[in-house]
Amino acid sequence: MADPLLTIRNLKIEATAYPPGEPPQDITIVEGVSFALDKGRVMGLIGESGAGKSTIGLSAMAYGRGGVRITGGTVTVNGRDILKLGTREMRKLRGAEVTYVAQSAAAAFNPAKRIMEQVIEATLEHDRASKSEAEARARRLFATLGLPDPDNFGNRYPHQVSGGQLQRAMTALALCPHPDLVIFDEPTTALDVTTQIDVLAAIKDAIRETGVAALYITHDLAVVAQVSDEIMVLKGGQMVEHGSTDHIINTPREEYTRALVSVRSIEHTEKAPSDDPVLRVEHITARYRGTNFDVLHDVNVEVHTGQTLAVVGESGSGKSTLARVITGLLPPSEGQITFADRSLSTALAGRSPEDLREVQMIYQMADVAMNPRQTVGTIIGRPLEFYFGLKGKAKRDRIAELLDAIEMGNGFIDRYPAELSGGQKQRVCIARALAAKPRLIICDEVTSALDPLVADGILKLLLALQKREDVAYLFITHDLATVRAIADSIAVMYQGKVVRYGPKSEVLAPPFDDYTDLLLSSVPEMRLGWLEEVIAHRKMESAGH
Amino acid sequence: MHPILILVSQRIALGLLLLFAASVLIFAGTMILPGDVAQSILGQSATPEALANLRAELGLNEPPVTRYFNWLFGAMQGDLGVALTNGQDIADALGRRLGNTLFLAFWAAVIAVPLAIFLGLLAVRYRNRWPDKLISGVTLASISIPEFLIGYLLVYFVAVKLGWFSSVAMINDSMSLGDKLSAIALPVAVLVLVVLAHMMRMTRAAILNVMQSAYIETAELKGLSGFNVIFRHAFPNAISPIVNVVMLNLAYLVVGVVVVEVVFVYPGMGQFLVDHVSKRDVPVVQACGLVFAAVYIGLNMVADIVAILSNPRLRHPK
Repeated sequence: MADPLLTIRNLKIEATAYPPGEPPQDITIVEGVSFALDKGRVMGLIGESGAGKSTIGLSAMAYGRGGVRITGGTVTVNGRDILKLGTREMRKLRGAEVTYVAQSAAAAFNPAKRIMEQVIEATLEHDRASKSEAEARARRLFATLGLPDPDNFGNRYPHQVSGGQLQRAMTALALCPHPDLVIFDEPTTALDVTTQIDVLAAIKDAIRETGVAALYITHDLAVVAQVSDEIMVLKGGQMVEHGSTDHIINTPREEYTRALVSVRSIEHTEKAPSDDPVLRVEHITARYRGTNFDVLHDVNVEVHTGQTLAVVGESGSGKSTLARVITGLLPPSEGQITFADRSLSTALAGRSPEDLREVQMIYQMADVAMNPRQTVGTIIGRPLEFYFGLKGKAKRDRIAELLDAIEMGNGFIDRYPAELSGGQKQRVCIARALAAKPRLIICDEVTSALDPLVADGILKLLLALQKREDVAYLFITHDLATVRAIADSIAVMYQGKVVRYGPKSEVLAPPFDDYTDLLLSSVPEMRLGWLEEVIAHRKMESAGH
Repeated sequence: MHPILILVSQRIALGLLLLFAASVLIFAGTMILPGDVAQSILGQSATPEALANLRAELGLNEPPVTRYFNWLFGAMQGDLGVALTNGQDIADALGRRLGNTLFLAFWAAVIAVPLAIFLGLLAVRYRNRWPDKLISGVTLASISIPEFLIGYLLVYFVAVKLGWFSSVAMINDSMSLGDKLSAIALPVAVLVLVVLAHMMRMTRAAILNVMQSAYIETAELKGLSGFNVIFRHAFPNAISPIVNVVMLNLAYLVVGVVVVEVVFVYPGMGQFLVDHVSKRDVPVVQACGLVFAAVYIGLNMVADIVAILSNPRLRHPK
């Protein structure tokens, strides 16, 4: 048999960390990883953030992001050790033999240049084809990837096309030079499920047609199961398990892999709605200032005491705008909001401190929702002072109680956000919201930025707190698995309207409306061949209509 | 209408409004200057009748608002009045001086702007290595030394010791372009040194800011050379802040070169203004003020418009 295309032996990657208040120190990000990839094969690299997936992927281009350095082992591409290449040789490798598809195509495309120019740039730079030949190639790729009007698509600027289209264009960019290996770095993570499935299918088709080998990096096992031939599971920079996709999904050997496969183990039975909702939103229509279309259109929903309403929909459907209206940040043009027994002013200025206290919010990015220069104690203590006037020991005791409630303990009181993990940061945000003793907490995509296992922990915590404090959640998410795990009732939003609303058991049971059907059938399932089934099913349906 | 046309016309309208406001300020400012023009023309021994006659002749007895609008409408038609001190037509004298100043500014800009941007790109390419540090150090030093000192140093070494160029930058219409360029070589050199640092440092900072973007990584992973990454991918996204600082410096080249003109005895606007301020020749001072304001506002307006045009989101709306 011929030599493998890519061989990685005993890879060691280090970086320099700058912990606050301490001298810089070298840390090991990846250690002892070895594998080989043959021509035309697709290998999935899977693990949580910090597992070293992207770092390993980029090592196949001898590239280290930021201060990351490859300090040991060998990386062989097409028979030569690429870690020993000079600058000139290295440039010939990058963008020609090995190419890269970034997670956020929206950020990875240069906003100042037309798409075509960027797609064929590497091909021209490395003399892989003439300009007209490269453009023809790009147009064929646009067609393969299902982009609209492939002949003229390249004339547009990145901001003129949607995120899903841009992600496909990024794939075209990577395939255009006819590389031997493409590194897909979470290419669908930033997309809506309904978009993800199309992009996934397009990528899979393109890989099959060009016969290129690929490293497919993701944290979503269900996604990687659809495209890869084999899977490597990583944790903390080390290999946990490596095997065929079938083996990893169906008969995982390691404990950690099993945990990944069986994630979302939460069982939650829905509660019957009570007669007196804590929040009633009626006929809300809203638009942003200076625009002339309604982002929300006649929205009616209720949240019941101690229960969870999940608001689900893709980006741009108006979920977060609804949260802004409820909190008073965006006064609606029509409609009213009733909280418990009283009518809430739609404008923030018209709300009493009590109104403000009773509705709290938790955000998607815990990172930016906290002041990096305040300690955990200060962050949680602030609402205690503000709403209850707590000081001294009373405040400290309550902070300790809250830290216990979020299962972190008093040891964290003097830590800064930078010293916490992603999950811990989100827990602190939860504690801060709880500190106000609210009756309603609006959770805006609170688990979207977290790894599955960590997100699971957060959801469990939220459910436990709900039981104890009898607090209601308005839970905004695009993730249907999360919805299944925690919701009592569900509102499906599409283009600013609530298209389906009711108790979870009814909303998630057929017959479905078209949009909910599309949404539900687009959620990747952790089994082989799911993608083909869905695509085939959809083709049949559209042929039938 | 294309949104860009709307934005650009808004900028232009704003610029004109600002220029109008500046003209009010200039006029009001020269009004409240102490002293009496008639008195200063006729001297201490003038009789009260002569003073009254002169005031009436100069229109100084009209109410200020009338005088302002007379002046403004005149200025809009290119009639800036006559100088009180020598009775010359101001537009004529000013035009020649402005031409000289623009000539000097033009050649300084032609050298300084591309050089500054090139050095900025170079500094980014070799950031935190010796070329970057050398460029930063030299330009910082050149901006920190007072410009008259640089001027005199150049005069001493280049003109007096080496004798390459003349120390006095006198030019007139009968000179050939080559002679003129040779005459202004030293003041141009001083001006280049003065404005280089600002523009170069802004170019460096603006590009470094863009270098953090994900699309720079994309470009690097395409195997482009370091300089191509910077020039093709970073620079187009850093144009707006760069143009802003370039325009500020161009404005400085026109309105702020008094010291350099004095050092090299160059017959430009700055000297002209200073002369007439000391003679209390109010109409000339007003005219100079108005021209300076127009240059400043005009160049900044250009910077704004370039910033708008360089934004693909505005140039190519969805």
